[in-house]
Amino acid sequence: MTDKKPVLSVENLTVKLPDHADRLNAIEEVSFDVRPNEILCVVGESGSGKSVTAHTVMGLLPPKQLKPTAGRILLQDENLFEKSELELREMRGAKMSMIFQEPMTALNPVVTVGDQIEEVLRIHRPSNPKERARLCNEVMAAVNLPEPEKLRKSYPHQLSGGQRQRIMIAAALILEPFLLIADEPTTALDVTTQAQILRLIRDIQAKHDTGVLFITHDFGVVAEIADRVVVMQDGRIVEVGETHELLRNPQESYTRMLISSVPSLTPKARNNSKVSNVVLSTQSLSKIYGGKSFFRKTREVNAAQDVNIEIRKGETLGIVGESGSGKSTVARCIVRLINPTSGEIYIDDDEIAELPESSLRQHRRRVQIIFQDPYRSLNPRRTVGQSIVEGPMNYGLDKDSAWNRATELLKLVDIDSKAIDRFPHQFSGGQRQRICIARALAMEPEVLIADEAVSALDVSVQSQVLDLLDDVRKKFDLAMLFITHDLRVASQICDNVAVMCKGMVVEQGKSSEVFKNPKHSYTQELFNAAPGRNFNFGEFETTV
Amino acid sequence: MVFLAVFAPLLFTSDPIQMNPVERLKTPSLIHWFGTDMFGRDIYSRTVYGSRISLVVGLVAAVLSVILGLFIGLVAGYIRFLDAILMRIMDGLMAIPGILLAIALVSLSGASLITVTIAITIPEIPRVVRLVRSIVLSVREEPYVEAAIAAGTRLPLILSRHVLPNTIPPLIVQATYVCGSAMLTEAILSFLGAGTPPEVPSWGNIMAEGRLYFQIAPWIIFFPGITLAVTVLAVNVLGDGLRDTLDPRIAKQM
Repeated sequence: MTDKKPVLSVENLTVKLPDHADRLNAIEEVSFDVRPNEILCVVGESGSGKSVTAHTVMGLLPPKQLKPTAGRILLQDENLFEKSELELREMRGAKMSMIFQEPMTALNPVVTVGDQIEEVLRIHRPSNPKERARLCNEVMAAVNLPEPEKLRKSYPHQLSGGQRQRIMIAAALILEPFLLIADEPTTALDVTTQAQILRLIRDIQAKHDTGVLFITHDFGVVAEIADRVVVMQDGRIVEVGETHELLRNPQESYTRMLISSVPSLTPKARNNSKVSNVVLSTQSLSKIYGGKSFFRKTREVNAAQDVNIEIRKGETLGIVGESGSGKSTVARCIVRLINPTSGEIYIDDDEIAELPESSLRQHRRRVQIIFQDPYRSLNPRRTVGQSIVEGPMNYGLDKDSAWNRATELLKLVDIDSKAIDRFPHQFSGGQRQRICIARALAMEPEVLIADEAVSALDVSVQSQVLDLLDDVRKKFDLAMLFITHDLRVASQICDNVAVMCKGMVVEQGKSSEVFKNPKHSYTQELFNAAPGRNFNFGEFETTV
Repeated sequence: MVFLAVFAPLLFTSDPIQMNPVERLKTPSLIHWFGTDMFGRDIYSRTVYGSRISLVVGLVAAVLSVILGLFIGLVAGYIRFLDAILMRIMDGLMAIPGILLAIALVSLSGASLITVTIAITIPEIPRVVRLVRSIVLSVREEPYVEAAIAAGTRLPLILSRHVLPNTIPPLIVQATYVCGSAMLTEAILSFLGAGTPPEVPSWGNIMAEGRLYFQIAPWIIFFPGITLAVTVLAVNVLGDGLRDTLDPRIAKQM
């Protein structure tokens, strides 16, 4: 396999960033080959230039802002930089094609998916409609879509995320290109769907001898799919190697750090022998969305059904589940951002599920929440200090003590307290998440809810924020409700886990037991889908 | 323009309503920059004084419609059960043609600056309300608003502190647009004879008076018309500029 001529060679590629950016070049002197019948993974954290690399190869860079200044890209010995726009267009789709991260936005919502697949044929090959329909059915069957004849006539919103990504893959593969570029194609999908899509890409590329350039940030995915790996940092290639070799025996300290930041699937041993009292519990909590409206009957959705959970002081309960399983609904009901349809929520002994806003107010302080998106959870027009003191001052703390508390909390979450007058956009994602933690702690809560609080962060930052959350839990003896879709994260921070599926808790217990011996079939399915589950990250053969 | 309006008497003008039968329908010259009309009144002076009316009507209409629209929009966007009721009323208001409403109001209560301004403001309110409401609806879902709710911030503070600032940049653009279109509407109303009373010079009624003499004295219409167009354009450009400087994210890049 290695003697074959590469389908794609990138040689000394440099792409310049606009003048006022924080570094000179988006990518610098990047070189690698993709061989036929090979999956090359490019991994890196956000800002490492991995997507820019993929877009440069496709010729999809925004022309005014990013410009390749040096190097060559050879697609089967043809230099892409010497091609005209017309020739490039001919090559896209026919010789190389791309699939994107977000299958909903990459598909046109007002055209049937069949038409979108056939469009590629219409453009590149003169053919009659019958022929096109036949090819379209074939390729849809090849990506394991059921009933292609019927599905072809549906619109993107009628399909699930996984089906949409299959459509994207079908459109990308219909002309059997030599090179497929996949830019984080499974990041927006649930784990079980992700596992299916990864298997599909693997099968199809083996069948057609396609070279795949696979961009991802997830080492689990790398372990699952890659033949070789390129690690990028700040626009430069740090390390290249065969997958197994690189994961087991990384040469560079950066790669080492990245790999060891990947949380393990084996739960940490936790010594919570003391049994403290229950701080938060719910009794058959349910939330139904929709319901009867005056003009028409709307569909009712059971977002949460009969949820019973309890958390003791100093304990972390994880709720894991895929999107739509109702885990966030439970969190939002407990914070009373939405009103539960039925059931009870107790904080200590106070029932808050049905309290009206006026009497609820004194309990709001006791439960605080940290959201997923660090870019949207701080008001961009207020300084971080103002954001932190807002809550305490609502409850009558005077200005000076509130600001003092904010300064101390910033120190606690490891942010320079001089930065208290800065605005959120001056901080990185991880720093903002720390500020959100400080803001929640400023209320001196009894329960801290983290709703996917680390999901938007890079692995290295993620592990730091996880550590911080665990530290504050210990320090303040908090009860923590940790909501996540990521089993690895859950295994690292939770004492107990509850697995949710379609609004119901299907399994609940100590993390060590649930992870070792999942009982419910859905839990087992979830564990089997976790990418890279056979790989223990961070166990290196050699030490530096 | 504001400068023109405030210092009108100092800018080499003569009395705008003084008639001078000898100097009727003069072409533009050094003495009468924009020429004179059929009563021998100086068009330049009249145009400069007319800017006062246009600016006052434009500004007052913009400020009034933005204040009222902002309030109604915030309420409609945040308090769910009032939303449907308020928005149907707004839809109703929007269905009334502005100029007809203005003519009706003026014919009911006589032509005065105040009636004209009110008549222009009312049809503009629903536009502002819709804009504000749509912003409120999207901002209220933002996590930082939810975080504020969880932190026990009371409703008025949430609205003024977290929701309101997001509406300002688009509102400024909308306000300048309202200002521009109010000036146009005022001019149209005056032109139709349903606007400011004829003894007060405004761009609209200067042009209305000049209509009869258009063949022999085109400057009577030409100069106020040009001034109106340039002013409206300037106001709109000003709006875009203001928005760019006020938005922290765009300002940062500049």
